[in-house]
Amino acid sequence: MIQARAIHKHFGALHVLRGVDLAVAERELVFVIGPSGSGKSTLLRCLNRLEEPSSGSIVIDGIDLLDKRTDINRVRQRIGMVFQSFNLYPHMTALGNVTLAVRKVGGKSRAEADAIGLAALERVGLADRADHHPAQLSGGQQQRVAIARAVALEPRVMLFDEPTSALDPELVGGVLKVMRELRESGMTMVVVSHEMGFARSAADRVIFMADGAIVEQGTPEAVFGAPVEARTRAFIGQIQRHA
Amino acid sequence: MSFLDTFFNAAVMARYAPDILRGLLVTIRLAALVVVTGLGTGLALALLRSLGIRPLNWAIVFVVDAFRALPPLIIIVLIYFGLPGAGWAPSPFVSTWVSLALVLMAFAEEIFWAGLTAIPAGQWEAARSTGLGFGQTLAHVVLPQALRLTIPPLTNRTIAITKGTALGSVVALSEILGAASSAVSNSYNPSPLTLGTAAYLVLFIPVVAFGRWVETRFAWKR
Amino acid sequence: MIETFLNLDILRAAWPVLLHGLGITLLLSAMTIPLGLGAGLGLALLSTVRTRWVRWPLIAYVDLFRAFPPLVLLILLYAGLPFAGIEMGGFGCVAVGFFLNTGAYYGEVLRAGIESVPAGHSEAARATGLSRLQTLIWVVLPQAIRNVAPDLLSNTLEVVKLTSLASVVAIPELLFQSRQAQALTYNPTPLVAASVIYFVVLWPLVRLLSRLEHRAIAGRR
Repeated sequence: MIQARAIHKHFGALHVLRGVDLAVAERELVFVIGPSGSGKSTLLRCLNRLEEPSSGSIVIDGIDLLDKRTDINRVRQRIGMVFQSFNLYPHMTALGNVTLAVRKVGGKSRAEADAIGLAALERVGLADRADHHPAQLSGGQQQRVAIARAVALEPRVMLFDEPTSALDPELVGGVLKVMRELRESGMTMVVVSHEMGFARSAADRVIFMADGAIVEQGTPEAVFGAPVEARTRAFIGQIQRHA
Repeated sequence: MSFLDTFFNAAVMARYAPDILRGLLVTIRLAALVVVTGLGTGLALALLRSLGIRPLNWAIVFVVDAFRALPPLIIIVLIYFGLPGAGWAPSPFVSTWVSLALVLMAFAEEIFWAGLTAIPAGQWEAARSTGLGFGQTLAHVVLPQALRLTIPPLTNRTIAITKGTALGSVVALSEILGAASSAVSNSYNPSPLTLGTAAYLVLFIPVVAFGRWVETRFAWKR
Repeated sequence: MIETFLNLDILRAAWPVLLHGLGITLLLSAMTIPLGLGAGLGLALLSTVRTRWVRWPLIAYVDLFRAFPPLVLLILLYAGLPFAGIEMGGFGCVAVGFFLNTGAYYGEVLRAGIESVPAGHSEAARATGLSRLQTLIWVVLPQAIRNVAPDLLSNTLEVVKLTSLASVVAIPELLFQSRQAQALTYNPTPLVAASVIYFVVLWPLVRLLSRLEHRAIAGRR
């Protein structure tokens, strides 16, 4: 589903990604961990070209993402993204948030879009909050609306950038539950997060990144249980102490 | 002569009321034109600036700074007395309109631009990640939020600049003040000025009250 | 074209007069700004009195002068008052008119500033034994002024620009002098020169303001 090869990214003098190769199979859930500044978020943002890679190639669902002739706005509909800070549009209702791109990029009528949007909100358990504005929703609910906003476009892949880091602990569960259901429905997912419990139970593969490169990868049991690299061991020891 | 006879002389007022009324209409027409064209061009410049084309942005900033720094009266005088030297002699009305519109454009651009840049990058990213283009993101996501942010400062600035329509009297525009002033010199009685003052207050007090209401209605969360 | 708008001979001849005009403009500003600030501070302090007998007339006063175009006020004083036997002369009219007008604007800004300081701060100060006046001077006003610094500065820029209205009542400030020179020579060069002088003098202020305002709007989201 995703073939990313030799991705490099420079921010001025800073070399943030140093030749990352990443292949994700259909229906696979890849979980990315690593210390802050390791480049994991940048990698994720390259996968829908919110960041322009300095070099390398990315093919998603058979489409060359970096080809100048590719209509990036159409491709982005097939790649859902969920942000750490939700980024809901504060001037629109939950339903408005979900349906904007369905109407404007998908070209659906308002009635069609509303039906699709309500179905998406139903999937995240918030159909009854369709008319609420983001300010009237809890953080967990806002993040679920953000997930519905991506899901409504029927993406082939979903990218999650620390989706629970900005949430109070008691609100994390609801968001993870929605993500788990998405996975069970067969969605291909790349998740950057620190939720180890979720990774253990839901991930097919865990990738550990540091200093802009993939240091180690394998099944959750292998990476968490018996990490090979010293840096991986140190990092996992640290977060488990705090978990 | 008593104070009342001097400043509230009924005969003089009756004679010049039609002139003042015509002046009132000129003021309203001028003010409406200034508001529409000034805010319109100001928004257009701010949107142009958001495209991020370096040399263009320098030019925009320079023009905006210039019209914020210059007193509106000198712009009016420059256009009215200066432009004929370049082969175009604009009427008093057009001179005043263009000058005030340029001033409002400059202030409005600055405010719109500040509003646009106040919207966090995450809003852009979220919209772009769902496939919305630059223009669509601007129109549906960023601009509605930015406009709301800019309403209070924009309202106050617009009122202040619209009051500048009285400056047109300096280049012989027969708006309220112009009409009242010439009536005073013709009648040698200040009652037309009283009438003109009343006209301004009737026109602008509701506007100022509206400004106050807007300020509380759209007050920024601190 | 250059002959018309940037005639060097005319510029050379008009230059001393224009500089003299600039001097008067700065003098008018130096007179109006402290007067207006003083009046504004008085109004703002009065507005902290929570009786409606003080509050409503105050709001009425401020709104009246916000609604009143300053030029109309000036003409009223200059061309109207003599009919009542009060002759203040051009300079007196400018002083009184600008005092009333800018006082109202500064008052509105400072009032907003004082209201932006959380009540807890005055309470804390009073709890340490400071008097009302001491609290105002040492705790409330410093914060108030910092909070509305961009608006205060913006208002000050407007005051300097406002002084150009004095030309209408024949005060020989920059705009007046340039118009005289233009009328004498039938050439707009003096007007262009005066514009450039205004721009050069006020541009630094505009730049500074644009930065401050930008920060203010971004911070108020």
